[in-house]
Amino acid sequence: MICIHWKGPLQLQQAYLIAIFGPHGPDVHQVPARVVRPGSSLGAISVDDLVAVLCPKGPLRMLVETAQERNEPIFPALIYSSAMIWMVGMANPAINAEPTNEETDEEAHQSEGSALAGDWAEPETQVSSGMNRSYSTEDDLDEEDRGVKLGLGDFIFYSVLVGKAATTGGDWNTTLACFVAILIGLCLTLLLLAIFKKALPALPISITFGLVFYFSTDNLVRPFMDNLAAHQFYI
Amino acid sequence: MTAAVFFGCAFIAFGPAFSLFIFTIAKDPLRVIILIAGAFFWLVSLLLSSLVWFIATKATNAQDLTLQKDLLIFGCMFSVILQEVFRFAYYRLLRKANEGLAAISEEDGPPLSVREMAYVSGLGFGIMSGAFSMINTLSDSLGPGTVGLFGDSQYYFITSGVTSIALTLLHTFWGVVFFEGCERKRWWVIAVVLCLHLMVTSLSLLNPFYVGSVPPVYAIMLLMAVWAFFSSGGSLHNITLLWTCRKSNTETSS
Repeated sequence: MICIHWKGPLQLQQAYLIAIFGPHGPDVHQVPARVVRPGSSLGAISVDDLVAVLCPKGPLRMLVETAQERNEPIFPALIYSSAMIWMVGMANPAINAEPTNEETDEEAHQSEGSALAGDWAEPETQVSSGMNRSYSTEDDLDEEDRGVKLGLGDFIFYSVLVGKAATTGGDWNTTLACFVAILIGLCLTLLLLAIFKKALPALPISITFGLVFYFSTDNLVRPFMDNLAAHQFYI
Repeated sequence: MTAAVFFGCAFIAFGPAFSLFIFTIAKDPLRVIILIAGAFFWLVSLLLSSLVWFIATKATNAQDLTLQKDLLIFGCMFSVILQEVFRFAYYRLLRKANEGLAAISEEDGPPLSVREMAYVSGLGFGIMSGAFSMINTLSDSLGPGTVGLFGDSQYYFITSGVTSIALTLLHTFWGVVFFEGCERKRWWVIAVVLCLHLMVTSLSLLNPFYVGSVPPVYAIMLLMAVWAFFSSGGSLHNITLLWTCRKSNTETSS
């Protein structure tokens, strides 16, 4: 807790956040399927995410812009920060050495890549951990301020999808395929982040890939691989 | 079937690949990304070939068992061809991406050499291929049951593990050799890799006659290991330096 709200080793912060938020994924499956169907709700949430981030009056976009105007960081417990340094648009050391007039620094070399995800808030509990965003900045004041930041709700939705694949069907190939598809979706999202340099939703591409590969692996690849394993053929 | 079978086969099938990952890939994020993307390309090729097989089985009589087996063999061969096509497509993608990264990088030259990309992408293909072949079998090995009650071979699990790791390493070597062949525009190398892959799959069609399938696959794997070593710049000189633990003459003292 200290290293999230104050200072501490980045790896410890990352490990703690993953350990706390990762296992929430399969919890969604405790809700009976007639109340919430994980597949369609994931699709709906990623559409909502797209709208909330990219529309000019979308709530998450306004959150990001307000935080940047006020020059405040987003509440640290809602964000997972990687220490990865982008090769694209690396900070010019000369700029960083200038006296820190905060407004000019912000305008001059902050690359505003932000990825936001959907707002996962249950009506009863008003959980605020659904605010998700990620952005990359070239400040090197803190190791935390460098690199890409990804919202924690994104982790939850990714693990919901993988958890669904793991708990239904009992086929490990499907789980593995979902896992790889989500990772590739994340890579593509970060690539778009580097190209467009503004707030981007982190969910749609990953969830789309994940869902596509979940259904196709479950229905097409599974019978093929089962037959191959039964005869012990290798491809 | 016991936990011993599970752990033994798991370590046989995934041990070398896992250690290759830990020692050579895990520390560099760019290599990890290329590994996962390679796994993704293999997955897409498998998906398309499964689609073709699925359509073929639905379009034909499901009761005719010999026809279904022939369709499965056709599916295997088609999948192998598609895997090599996707390996070539991945090569083209990596070359383009490398040029792009080199243009915007601060250092001189691209961040990853073609040989590194060849190795990592081959390992990505191999890990995915081995994982898809093996993890369902592994999870079944934990459950109740006895292998061989209906006259099947009792060596099912161990031969599965052994063949999986052979395939993983073969994909790695094929990746190295394939990319080198593409770089030097030696198209016969691609044809040879495709033929060897088809040969390995055909050998697996002999299962459960394991004497006919496992040793030849390992022989091909050793051959590919030697070819990949020399193709990626190794030489007998390097090996002698390695064994005598001497630094090479061209290193300067700093």
